Amino acid sequence: MSHDDHGHGHGHGAGTEAPEAPPVNDTEGSLLNALRAKAEPLKKFMGGEYKETQVWKSIFRHKLDKSHRNRSLAVLSNVFLHLHPARINRNAVRYNFTWGMGGITFYLFVLLTLTGTLLMFYFHPSKGQAYKDIMYLQNDVPFGNLLRNMHRWSAHAMVITTWIHMMRVFLTGSYKPPREFNWNIGVLLLLFTMLLSFTGYLLPDDQLGFWAVTVGTNMARATPILGHEGPLGPELGFTAFNDVRFALLGGSVVDANALLRAYIWHCIAIPIIAAVLMIVHFWRIRKDGAISGHAPVMLESEVK
Amino acid sequence: MDWEQIWKLVALPDNVPIVLLLVLLPFYLWMAFSQAFKNDRLIARLEADPDLRKTHHRTTFPHHPSWAPTVHVWPHLLKREFIAMIIVTAFMIVWSICLDAPLEEPANPNLTMNPSKAPWYFLGLQELLVYFDPWIAGVVLPSIILGGLMAIPYIDTNPLGNGYYTWKQRKFAVGTFLFGFIVLWVVMVVIGTFIRGPGWLWFWPGQTWDHHRVDHEVNYDLHAYFGIEGTWPTFFFGLGFLLALGGITGALTHLFLKKCYPRMLQSMSKLQYIVMMQFWVFQIIVVVKVIARLVFHVKNFWVTPWFNV
Repeated sequence: MSHDDHGHGHGHGAGTEAPEAPPVNDTEGSLLNALRAKAEPLKKFMGGEYKETQVWKSIFRHKLDKSHRNRSLAVLSNVFLHLHPARINRNAVRYNFTWGMGGITFYLFVLLTLTGTLLMFYFHPSKGQAYKDIMYLQNDVPFGNLLRNMHRWSAHAMVITTWIHMMRVFLTGSYKPPREFNWNIGVLLLLFTMLLSFTGYLLPDDQLGFWAVTVGTNMARATPILGHEGPLGPELGFTAFNDVRFALLGGSVVDANALLRAYIWHCIAIPIIAAVLMIVHFWRIRKDGAISGHAPVMLESEVK
Repeated sequence: MDWEQIWKLVALPDNVPIVLLLVLLPFYLWMAFSQAFKNDRLIARLEADPDLRKTHHRTTFPHHPSWAPTVHVWPHLLKREFIAMIIVTAFMIVWSICLDAPLEEPANPNLTMNPSKAPWYFLGLQELLVYFDPWIAGVVLPSIILGGLMAIPYIDTNPLGNGYYTWKQRKFAVGTFLFGFIVLWVVMVVIGTFIRGPGWLWFWPGQTWDHHRVDHEVNYDLHAYFGIEGTWPTFFFGLGFLLALGGITGALTHLFLKKCYPRMLQSMSKLQYIVMMQFWVFQIIVVVKVIARLVFHVKNFWVTPWFNV
């Protein structure tokens, strides 16, 4: 077999080598010139002709020069960028108007999805194993500790940027018509951001998460009507074993079922809900006429 | 002063984000208000000068008549987004290298943490547990907060200040929002995190957390101050007090608005006005209750056989 392979390889090599070794002429210069001449097609190709190939044209539908048309197409013909308009208010791109907070919040969500997915490869949402998995991540998995840290701190940062984004939107009056509905989507996103962070808190299954979630869900048993310690709850037949807290925890105490439920809410359900809301949020920004400003100031005497 | 106690609290990994918040918040408030005041000065100038009104570009940003009012997203917005992404990524990596996420002992239901605290962003609500029954602090108040936030666009009839920072044109709206956000939310988070120690007792910054401290503070229900006894007298006294408190707050607010913002009242429908007043009164009652508890040791305003407020 090896002889066959060798023979084949040799024959193939000879076939391709032949044109690269032209008959040597008297001077070195002409050799260089000859090589240059040979390299000319490649140079042309790399210099721009590759943009004429069918492969390139199938991927990029337009050129990348500075014409208005191409700058618009760069945004409009790209699925990831087409959420943007082609043109935008000159002052809307200023940092001190938007602070970039909404975008940063979204980017943190992306970062959290990436690091969270990687963490899921190492994590079993079962009592006993969960804590060991965190230890494993911290001590043995290459970059595992960095991964966990980034997930944790990005989550906290996202809560903060959500608040500050909301403050910016309020202070610029951006919830005013026609953007009332989008503000409401934003309020829901605020809620789900905090719930995402909260459900993630339990997952390491340590004392910190356990007691934080115990304290948090203890409030649920005081829910009016639906909680067994809330007003009218006991009268309607709710006990610790059938009320709303039981439904959240899958039990009357924070235990294995609670861990599993937190995991599913954290990794699947809430991210999907939040993603859907985000799609609506971004879509409505466009449909409501892009971001609110910077608008020209209005005067009280001009109000009709 | 027990500096070590403060340091232990501030350097607790999960408290570091609050420190970040406390740095970012004043910075962005400054950024917002410096622009708001600039815009207010421009507005005053335009109000005073009708000729300028017709020609002025009406922003405080640099302006030239030859500049197009819009710019291409590619590259002007996208390059900023790209830079922001790089900065945020770098920031998160540095933060994650420098500070490890906390991991305590494995969960142990038999070993209660004291104090056991919710995640820091919920500590405002947990702090409210001191002042209200759990069903109010944990369920009703969060619902009111969310409901109030969602109602904002529908009760704010002021057409001014849409798309630019301003203080003078939206004093009531901006003031109410910042009061709710900064005082009733952020300050409560800070109290819950840095002030509340073992037993959820009040420890001033620098005071050592004493796990054996006994709480000698005794709180009374409001009716006890007036010597009222019995289920129904107590019930009606509390109900009457809350209604009176709400009524007085509402009436004072109404007078204030009528004097200072008559146009605002005129432009609101009855429903808008009632909803706005509802949320405003709720907000004030929370404040009154917090002060009554911290300063006058009042436990409940309204005691009934089923629930207390």
